[in-house]
Amino acid sequence: MTAPVVEVANLTKEFTVKSSHGLRVIRRTVHAVSDVSLTVPSGKTVGLVGESGSGKTTVGRCILRLIEPTAGSVKFQGTELVGLPAKDLRKLRRSMQIVFQDPYASLDPKMTIGASIAEPLQIQKVEGNHQDRVAELLELVGLAPDHARRFPHEFSGGQRQRVGVARALALNPSFIVLDEPVSALDVSIQAGVVNLLQDLQEQLGLSYLFIAHDLSVVRHISDSVAVMYLGKVVEVGPAEELYSASAHPYTRALLSAVPQADPIVERERQRIMLQGEVPSPINPPSGCRFRTRCPMAQEICSVEEPALIDRGQGHPVACHFAEAVAVTLGSNVSA
Amino acid sequence: MSTESALSIRDLRVTFKTLLGNVQAVRGVSLDVQPGEVLGVVGESGSGKSVSFLAVMGLLGRNAVIEGSAKVGDTELVGANQRTLRKVRGNNVAMIFQDPLSALNPVHRVGAQVAEMVLAHHHGMSKDDAAKRAVELLDIVGIPQPEQRARQYAHEFSGGMRQRVMIAMAIANDPKVLIADEPTTALDVTVQAQILEVIDRIRKEMGTAVVLITHDLGVVARMADRVQVMYAGRVVERADVHSLFHQSDHPYTRGLLASQPTLGRERLSPIPGAPPNMLQPPSGCAFRVRCAHAAPECAGDVPELIQVRRTETACVRAQELEALV
Repeated sequence: MTAPVVEVANLTKEFTVKSSHGLRVIRRTVHAVSDVSLTVPSGKTVGLVGESGSGKTTVGRCILRLIEPTAGSVKFQGTELVGLPAKDLRKLRRSMQIVFQDPYASLDPKMTIGASIAEPLQIQKVEGNHQDRVAELLELVGLAPDHARRFPHEFSGGQRQRVGVARALALNPSFIVLDEPVSALDVSIQAGVVNLLQDLQEQLGLSYLFIAHDLSVVRHISDSVAVMYLGKVVEVGPAEELYSASAHPYTRALLSAVPQADPIVERERQRIMLQGEVPSPINPPSGCRFRTRCPMAQEICSVEEPALIDRGQGHPVACHFAEAVAVTLGSNVSA
Repeated sequence: MSTESALSIRDLRVTFKTLLGNVQAVRGVSLDVQPGEVLGVVGESGSGKSVSFLAVMGLLGRNAVIEGSAKVGDTELVGANQRTLRKVRGNNVAMIFQDPLSALNPVHRVGAQVAEMVLAHHHGMSKDDAAKRAVELLDIVGIPQPEQRARQYAHEFSGGMRQRVMIAMAIANDPKVLIADEPTTALDVTVQAQILEVIDRIRKEMGTAVVLITHDLGVVARMADRVQVMYAGRVVERADVHSLFHQSDHPYTRGLLASQPTLGRERLSPIPGAPPNMLQPPSGCAFRVRCAHAAPECAGDVPELIQVRRTETACVRAQELEALV
């Protein structure tokens, strides 16, 4: 196995929120990410899925240190990023980039897209002809070199996302965080961007952290998948195995909730209906954070937090009853 | 159609007057929804799926020119005056939207807002009775401890609970038709599953006709009895849900289905290009500029829906293409 590009260990991020009650100001802690460890192998795609508030975006941003982790370690090609001086971090940033969900919000409406794509080259003081590089990048993402003179509003959503990808590629990174890169796009357009990302990975040997709430896209693009719930990773495994034989009740419920584009499947499948909604990360439940919605919860779940344990199949699960999940909740229903 | 339709739309056209010209958002849509059935309306952004129903409800701005007919029972909604519309809205036809927070008033208690809906169409009812009915309605849509919750404000509700409140308001007067415009798009999948179940239960128990507008083919596959696919302001295909997903004859519908990630396929098949600019939609079939099967005849007349195999399809080449499937 090749050396991992990114190694995250025990990553924790807590935010302080203030709320005023009359003259009293109350400070509370939001436990956005708690003790998350994951590895992105070289040239591979790791999918990170979870519902809103699960902390998946925060993990992505902590890895790039766009926000400072509260605790834990993030290693990029062996170099510890947490605590790294700004000067050294800036150098490493050439190699790690991000693509955001909303390409309209992340492109300056007053800059030509050529200028937007060239901006990282200027910031990093890259030598050579920036215009040529922009033309090359545009072709790489399936746009025409003369598009460089146009403005973001002249592009469709799919084209704008291609511009976002071109900008992320400008500095020849080895690792890209893709934060919901296709969620804002219509399905017929989505497919083209997903294909592009896969082609680029193959051509350029990129490693991806693919963050999304759409489980079917994640399955399609990822080599392995980590599932997050309320700031914790509850299950990690090879994509196909996770979808066909998940061993965490939350993963099961999540997969069974995704409607599939087939009326026969939809009408026959058994769903695990979860009660209620995700609790607040300000005051997460004791023990297992999923227990308040879990159909299998027992007394121990509120007392003891289940560790993320690999039971020998390269597929770690954080559940006291991981072995019993398949029996209790029936055979898997995948998205 | 057997029984009388709950909602019947004929040749609906919506044009927006803008500084750049006339945007032809809806270009001749006809449909019927039967009591107790779910009609799925699918299409991508800008296909006219939402605008059609906002027009029916009289919820568009003054720059919208609406033509055609939309009838609920004997009442014509297109061109109706505000008084008629107010009588019909919430009473015969109700609508829920993607974002329930912006549809709820932040400074009024949730229960009072539901009660207001009840009173709007029951002028003789006492306030106490309306408040009681509001609690009942919150209970019907599955809000736990409805008495306490009725006294809370919208910000104290989660996204899923807010959407339940919207549904409670929508069904307050037992409407014949419930129009749900992307009701679960802003919600997480586990919460989406809960809301879809509430809508399904209401349809079954109250016999409400449901129009479910969504871009999510999975949601349609799960919920709809019949489906119509919209593209560039027209209905391009219509069928019962099974035929549409398994025996579609329209290249656009097939393209949409093929662009979905499915198990064991290495590459996805996007539809090339982007939807047309509705200031100047292409002549003939609007999809022809993106269609792999486009031929010269596609630029001629705008294709009408015709029965091909199991679906009604608006494609002049559908008969020939059938052989290619």
